Amino acid sequence: MSEIKYLPGKEPHPRETRRIFRNIDRVGYNPSIACFIKDGGYETLKKAIAMEPADIIGEVKKSGLRGRGGAGFPTGVKWTFIPKGNTKPVYLVCNCDESEPGTFKDRFIVHQDPHQLIEGMIIACYAVQAHFAVIYMREEFPEAAHIMKKALQEAEEHNFLGKNILGSGFDLKIVLHRGAGAYICGEETGLINSIEGMRPYPRIKPPFFPAAIGLYGCPTIVNNVESLCQVRQVLMRGGEAYAAEGAQRSPGTRIIGVSGDVKRPGYYEIISGSLTYGELLYDICGGPKRGRTFKAIIPGGASAKVMRCDEKLTGRNPDGTVREMSIFDVPMDLDSIAQHGSMSGSGGVIVMDDSRSMPKVLNNLNRFFAWESCGQCSPCREGNPWMLKLSTRIINGQASPEDVDLLKSVADNICGRTVCAFGEACSWPTQAFTTKFREEFLALTKPINAQKAHNPETAEARKFLTRED
Amino acid sequence: MSDTPNAIEALTAHKPSPGEKFFPKFEVTPELVAEAAALVDQYPEGKEQSAVLPIIHMIQEKFGYICPESLPWIAEMCKSTPIHVAGIVTFYPGIHTMCPGKYHFRVCRTIACSLSGGEELIPYICSKIGVDPATITDEEPMAVSADGMWSIEPVECLANCGFGPNLMLNEKLYSQVTRKKIDEIIAEYKNK
Amino acid sequence: MSTQPVTLPKDEAAAEGKVNVQINGKWYRFPKGTRIADACNSVGAHVPCFCYHPKLSVAGSCRMCLVEQGMPPRLAPGATPTYGADGYQPIQWMPRAVIACANTVAENMGIRTTSKLTSEARRGVLEFLLTNHPLDCPICDQAGECKLQEYTTDYGSGTHRFTEAKIKKGKNIPIGPRVNLDQERCVLCRRCVRFMKEIVGEEVLGVVGRGAHNAISCYPGKELDSNYSMNVVDICPVGAMTSKDFRFQMRVWFLKSTPTIDVNCGTGTNINIWTREQKVYRITPRQNDEVNSCWMPDSHRLNYKYINAPERLTTPMIKTDAGAPLRPSTWDATLNLVVEQLHKCAPAEVAIIVSARLTNEELYMARALARQLGVTKFDIVPRTGESDNMLISADRNPNTTGAKLILGKTGTGLNTIRRGVKNGSIRSLIVLGEDVTAEAGIPEQDLAELDYLLVMDHSETPTTKAADVVLPGVTFAEKYGTMVNVAGRIQRLNKAIEPVGDSRPDWDILRDITQRLGCDCPRVIACPSPMIILEEIAAEFAPFEGINWGNIGNEGKVITDTGVTIPLIEREKAKK
Repeated sequence: MSEIKYLPGKEPHPRETRRIFRNIDRVGYNPSIACFIKDGGYETLKKAIAMEPADIIGEVKKSGLRGRGGAGFPTGVKWTFIPKGNTKPVYLVCNCDESEPGTFKDRFIVHQDPHQLIEGMIIACYAVQAHFAVIYMREEFPEAAHIMKKALQEAEEHNFLGKNILGSGFDLKIVLHRGAGAYICGEETGLINSIEGMRPYPRIKPPFFPAAIGLYGCPTIVNNVESLCQVRQVLMRGGEAYAAEGAQRSPGTRIIGVSGDVKRPGYYEIISGSLTYGELLYDICGGPKRGRTFKAIIPGGASAKVMRCDEKLTGRNPDGTVREMSIFDVPMDLDSIAQHGSMSGSGGVIVMDDSRSMPKVLNNLNRFFAWESCGQCSPCREGNPWMLKLSTRIINGQASPEDVDLLKSVADNICGRTVCAFGEACSWPTQAFTTKFREEFLALTKPINAQKAHNPETAEARKFLTRED
Repeated sequence: MSDTPNAIEALTAHKPSPGEKFFPKFEVTPELVAEAAALVDQYPEGKEQSAVLPIIHMIQEKFGYICPESLPWIAEMCKSTPIHVAGIVTFYPGIHTMCPGKYHFRVCRTIACSLSGGEELIPYICSKIGVDPATITDEEPMAVSADGMWSIEPVECLANCGFGPNLMLNEKLYSQVTRKKIDEIIAEYKNK
Repeated sequence: MSTQPVTLPKDEAAAEGKVNVQINGKWYRFPKGTRIADACNSVGAHVPCFCYHPKLSVAGSCRMCLVEQGMPPRLAPGATPTYGADGYQPIQWMPRAVIACANTVAENMGIRTTSKLTSEARRGVLEFLLTNHPLDCPICDQAGECKLQEYTTDYGSGTHRFTEAKIKKGKNIPIGPRVNLDQERCVLCRRCVRFMKEIVGEEVLGVVGRGAHNAISCYPGKELDSNYSMNVVDICPVGAMTSKDFRFQMRVWFLKSTPTIDVNCGTGTNINIWTREQKVYRITPRQNDEVNSCWMPDSHRLNYKYINAPERLTTPMIKTDAGAPLRPSTWDATLNLVVEQLHKCAPAEVAIIVSARLTNEELYMARALARQLGVTKFDIVPRTGESDNMLISADRNPNTTGAKLILGKTGTGLNTIRRGVKNGSIRSLIVLGEDVTAEAGIPEQDLAELDYLLVMDHSETPTTKAADVVLPGVTFAEKYGTMVNVAGRIQRLNKAIEPVGDSRPDWDILRDITQRLGCDCPRVIACPSPMIILEEIAAEFAPFEGINWGNIGNEGKVITDTGVTIPLIEREKAKK
């Protein structure tokens, strides 16, 4: 490893463990297949394709690998959900729609090291016996689309793709399918509808669990880019060795993206659970900007519930005793933060310091969700613009204290009642922000605003009735 | 009946843009048909509709935007219907129904970029390229400069959050953008 | 302690292919695969739905049907389930509500439709649906049969908390020749979109836009002009899709609906006629999964205007001098005149043309008249067109099958009659319910050559104009009776309005003439109603055996195998 050199200013932090990001910002490395092969690329595929597909699934299950797209579902288990005795074709879809605000990891893989993903995909396709796979890439990666197209072509020229791959008798075609700027396409069933050329409305589950009824009504495995790269790591290192590293329930490395108010934002590949949020933000990211203190952290992408930095959390010691802790003491694995009411999601950590107005931050998030709601189901379609209108009124000083409660109540009415997880994603921020930073919201409100008209019709009707304060 | 088009007629109403002069006018040629057919061929048989987004991207790259005249053709190519294609085109923000300028800014305004000052860049770019930020609405988020050289569109997360503010000029991503950098970008492309 | 093996309810149910489901505390048994919504509704635990329609694919998007659901707790590996004294496992209630339309029942499932969780979910969804919905019920044509209005009354909160500006969308858009669209009232259930795509097979409607700006639309130039377009008005749960024909004509709560059947073709589509004060305002399809599912063609639906039209014959009319015009008369005088004139006719020179649009009972009476007169030249007028491969049958007579059963062989005598009228061998013609100048092909000048033309019909036609006596009959909306459709199903016509003016049901007129002609058969002259005539038919004709007015029911009964099927119904069955 010592021979690997990184671009100046892009060197990994000593506490990082670069596996997936091994070649990111590497001096002299380019996305060509030659570079990848020189670095040992496609060797794992050769090993895997000599194995029985079931054994690959066994290895992945053994590894304890959990999906890196946000939900953290065990990848090997997902693969076994393809119905037994299935006679339909099986499809594999790589979710490269990376669109959770705060998440920026897949971007670098597909721009700088595309063959890593292709190799992982071929292994996964072979394991689930899929002969047709799709990389669903977000539209905002046009350069990556060119790179990936070329990479797919190279892989085919080397017989890593196409007919009778490496003489194994296994055929595989991978198609690059570009999205068109919709967050909802990151939801796996919305993504499948998008590939089918439908409006990307998420499907109801049941009955449309992709592993049973997915793309074109056939069993379909949808995996995140990083997850598929991790599959390659599992096969490279062996399931047991993979499982032995990092947090017991979420082993392996994780790529954490840090954005917002820290000295050194960026991406960091760490062993899962090997450090705490405090170590990440202070040691690796250099702490808050000069003269500032950390105020709040969104620990897993925009939809994760915000954590106050002065929040008192209770942790459990290994011996069962209870200890008081803060967000900074929580280890960075998939589950620890979930015990404190938030989620680690896709690894996007957004940090806000004491210069920030939390209602404004929430309003920005609400605009995002209102803009991105697909509009299929009533609570999300109608609730998101309502939340946006309320939080906009709050930051503009046109709201009453009751509006803060109303805002929270609207979020409560969306949460858990929608077709897809967007309902939770859009309501959690509002629920958390209005609860944890209630005083900031209330400070912007005035009771008199309850009497005022907030729409043109009412304003007209009350023209002579409402007094100015 | 009134003269203003109703909500249905508006679906195929042309939205004039000065950017159009920098792009060829949509025209069906045998080459275009062949290109679309190749995209359709990528997908399993009977799943022609899957090619709707790829064909849309192809048209958008060539002609700048998805003009109303192209909808029935797209539908025909992927064995779909014009209303279905209209449903797709009007859903995705990445599909333009109005022609952008020769150089199209997409400025991220989502949380991380916003925290690093991304939203403030929007009015700045507007003033530099001479468009009124007030014309940027939910319904038509794109504004095009009068000479058709430039256009701007606020977008959501570009997935480069650690290095905000981010923006894209056509296919190229610019990160850690400052006002100075915008001046440089505009100067660079002005005479290209 | 008993050592007898106890049969658990789950085993009993499984033996019948069913599962036990607890709904609001009570246990019921449903076939496997039953949707929760259907199960709950069938036992009176109402589940409100917007997007769910049993004939369309499940969208699951309105979220109105959210209910609290529970299942037995998941067992640890190796553990055995525990059963209570009632033989059921305890139910572990789930913290979030599930949609009742997409999910099916399972053994030992629990459903609560009235719990706090369910009520709050419903109230929340309704509040959302109302945020951008215009509160214009007083001027909305759907008021009174609007699901949003009904559910808001039943499950809503009564007050609203949304004070922001509403989103503006398209209003009153003519989306097709017969349907108007209001995008603001739409709850985006997409029933109309799915109907057009799945049932009609034309993707004419779609959703355009994004998020809260989503709207139903068609493509300019490809409007909703299908002959089944008005079904979207029926299935639209709100006032988004309205019928151009019916809108603003009458508030629905003033209307009385009468279940009956359509008479425009041999399918015998089941319908409801909506009337007020002896006027028909609209016709809507009535569900019958063996005949028309939930649908009907627009052409049939809109063919009702003649019922209350000025062309209706409202009084008997006679011609007392060959050159004189028809003049109104009374029933008694007219019938006496008819009897007198018929007595003068030589039976061999008389022909009767009877319509296969008449009911079985009327055809029976027409046969009795023919027998009384001794007339043998007697036939119906076949009327065919092209089947639309949906619901419109190639047979455009509603009761050809009934006519064949009661009159015997049909369709062969008409040529003879037509020829006879032309060459003068037929001197007198009795026409019952037909304009013979149309499909029967007897030109007006031939009619003018006849010695005697007796016509019974509900509206003025070239034939009635040429008649010596006109007897005003009634339309299908004004009488009781039965017809047999192309597939051999006997169905009932119900009277929706009283006969217009002095008109009388055709069976009634025919019976009186036959009686006055001297018929003494009690089976004819003693018949006071079509129901009694039906009993006579049942006694006489084998296919009708055992049939009576009561046991036909609103769904009808198959009495003969015609080998003919209804395309749309066959497709629907094949889908299952």
